[in-house]
Amino acid sequence: MPRIIKNGAIVEEHGPEVLDLEQWLQSEDRARRAVVLEPGETLAPLLEHIDDIPLVLVNFPTFMDGRGFSYARELRERGYQGELRAVGHFIRDQLTYLSRCGFDAFQFEDESELEDALESLGDFSEFYQASADQPQPLFRRRA
Amino acid sequence: MYVYDEYDQKIVDERVAQYRDQTQRFLDGELSEEQFLPLRLQNGLYVQRLAPMLRVAVPYGLMNTRQLRKIAQLSRDFDKGYVHISTRQNIQFNWPQLGEVPDILAELASVQMHAIQTSGNCIRNTTTDQFAGVATDELEDPRPWCEIIRQWSTLHPEFAFLPRKFKIAVCGSRQDRAAIHSHDIGVEVVHNAAGETGFRVVVGGGLGRTPVIGVEICDFLPAEHLLTYLEAILRVYNQHGRRDNKYKARIKILVKAMGIEAFREAVEHEWAPIKNGPSTLTGEEIERARSFFTAPDYASLDASAAQNTLQAQCQNDPIFANWVKRNTREHRVAGYRIVTISLKATGYAPGDVTDKQLELVADLADRYSFGEIRTTHQQNLVLADVEQAALYELWQSLQKAGLATANIGYLTDVICCPGGDYCSLANAKSIPVAEAIQARFDDMDYVYDLGPLELNISGCMNACGHHHIGHIGILGVDKKGQEFYQVSLGGNQGKDTSIGKILGPSFRQEDMPQVMDKLLTTYVELRQAGETFLDTYRRVGIDPFKERVYAQDH
Repeated sequence: MPRIIKNGAIVEEHGPEVLDLEQWLQSEDRARRAVVLEPGETLAPLLEHIDDIPLVLVNFPTFMDGRGFSYARELRERGYQGELRAVGHFIRDQLTYLSRCGFDAFQFEDESELEDALESLGDFSEFYQASADQPQPLFRRRA
Repeated sequence: MYVYDEYDQKIVDERVAQYRDQTQRFLDGELSEEQFLPLRLQNGLYVQRLAPMLRVAVPYGLMNTRQLRKIAQLSRDFDKGYVHISTRQNIQFNWPQLGEVPDILAELASVQMHAIQTSGNCIRNTTTDQFAGVATDELEDPRPWCEIIRQWSTLHPEFAFLPRKFKIAVCGSRQDRAAIHSHDIGVEVVHNAAGETGFRVVVGGGLGRTPVIGVEICDFLPAEHLLTYLEAILRVYNQHGRRDNKYKARIKILVKAMGIEAFREAVEHEWAPIKNGPSTLTGEEIERARSFFTAPDYASLDASAAQNTLQAQCQNDPIFANWVKRNTREHRVAGYRIVTISLKATGYAPGDVTDKQLELVADLADRYSFGEIRTTHQQNLVLADVEQAALYELWQSLQKAGLATANIGYLTDVICCPGGDYCSLANAKSIPVAEAIQARFDDMDYVYDLGPLELNISGCMNACGHHHIGHIGILGVDKKGQEFYQVSLGGNQGKDTSIGKILGPSFRQEDMPQVMDKLLTTYVELRQAGETFLDTYRRVGIDPFKERVYAQDH
């Protein structure tokens, strides 16, 4: 069982089987299946089942590939409320950005980093932009 | 100018703390070189040929005197006592120690400055007209919009790992002094028939290896939609921009590949769901941003009396008169002038300025220009609000400090990147070429006679010296390990922007002054009354220049 960060805590993961996009598209009960997105794939078919999909994984083949940030933000903007998990080669210094885009779970390649990574989630306490965890941009909140 | 509140300060302070931890982890070996690279770049730190280089953000080129004095102090405490003004209006330290950078950033934060996103594959410093707010041809001050964009782009969670760097420029005047067609996104403030503020948006311009002139994606974007529309463009770029080849990763390549119609359609598609969402600007926020850029407390002056005094001073002192003519320009308020301080004295690297000079300029700004200074993308400084009656005193002080070179907009006001003397990306040195040309053309009467002339020099394809849009552009190239220089003619940065055309085979460094001489002689011989170099070039084309420069000596 992999250990992951989920909702700000380290937990053992007992998640469902995960399909790649092609398998997921061919699956008859896809609305209830978990799927992993790779950069360059379209998330349009997921939007149809956005209320039912339990888990979406987004893979980062390298931490420099920022496409996954947009997937997350778009899914959340369109109303996805299930688990959204980053997997692959992102680094802990990206956790603030990732969580603000809507990721609530992080599966690191190297599980020994988890404790330290948790700290990075708290790097910032204030932001200018609207984000998944703060739908109002700062200019609408300024006292 | 904009003043931080507790929120802005907190964000900058937390960024310093985060970077301090990242630097420590790198020095402890916990972060690899590869992982640390984008983190340090997004805090403005390059590792250069001889030492790291720290690029400090000067949002849209505006600083107060407290900030300028801090820069001077930091250049003494952490560097060699001088800094460089970049072609993106930023300030560069050339010799800081990597381990000391968090301390420098903390000092900067204490005067509301930072180095966030001055490098890396993210949204960079938004630039604008150095004469914003005081230019006579201005429709609307672009700086409130720049500040709104600055806040939106700072630590934007979605756009910190783009395919490549991303630059935005804003202009609000008839003449474009912000080169909006040479940016990833260019924003021009416009009014519609009803007099409402909006933006003409241009996308996909850029210099670098493949120079492209930006194309219009939207002719009138209502002001409140600015951020959601930018967000939609960035999202299309983040998803579809190429990541397999860094030379094809800028948005200009994507726009070309898709075609502007398909690109616009993709943007509209991304925009539809977020348009009118929470990031839509409120009237309150627009007013808040505008409230920081109101006119200073101008004196109501007797303009004709001031004019008479100035004229008398000019008659008595022709050197002063010349400086007034070359380095000052009309101000929108009667009795005031806009002063450009040239950082292009012959014998000094273009755009370099010492700690002592910075402190003097700060004193002068306090005394004569409401305590504000601007940096320009031509690598000079501006005092925007000087009373005509004070010009003589100001000039005398500048002259003593070697800051009164009267060459703004002329040949020797060279735009030049740091080049191979500092930069590890460069193919060739650029500063010695600039200096050799400045030294060759030391007869200022000849230089003035040549008229307005922009000479832009880049040490490599990255085009930090904007060589593509210089009337004469010089590009350093590497030929089998030797430094050579390619010349292009006919570039221009205004609203009728154009990309320079390559003259022909490149030249050795020592030949460059002679090549310049031939080009300029050709122009002088061919020009008709009143024609600038650019006018003549556009009329006669490149051939006469080519023939003269490459003619065999007999």
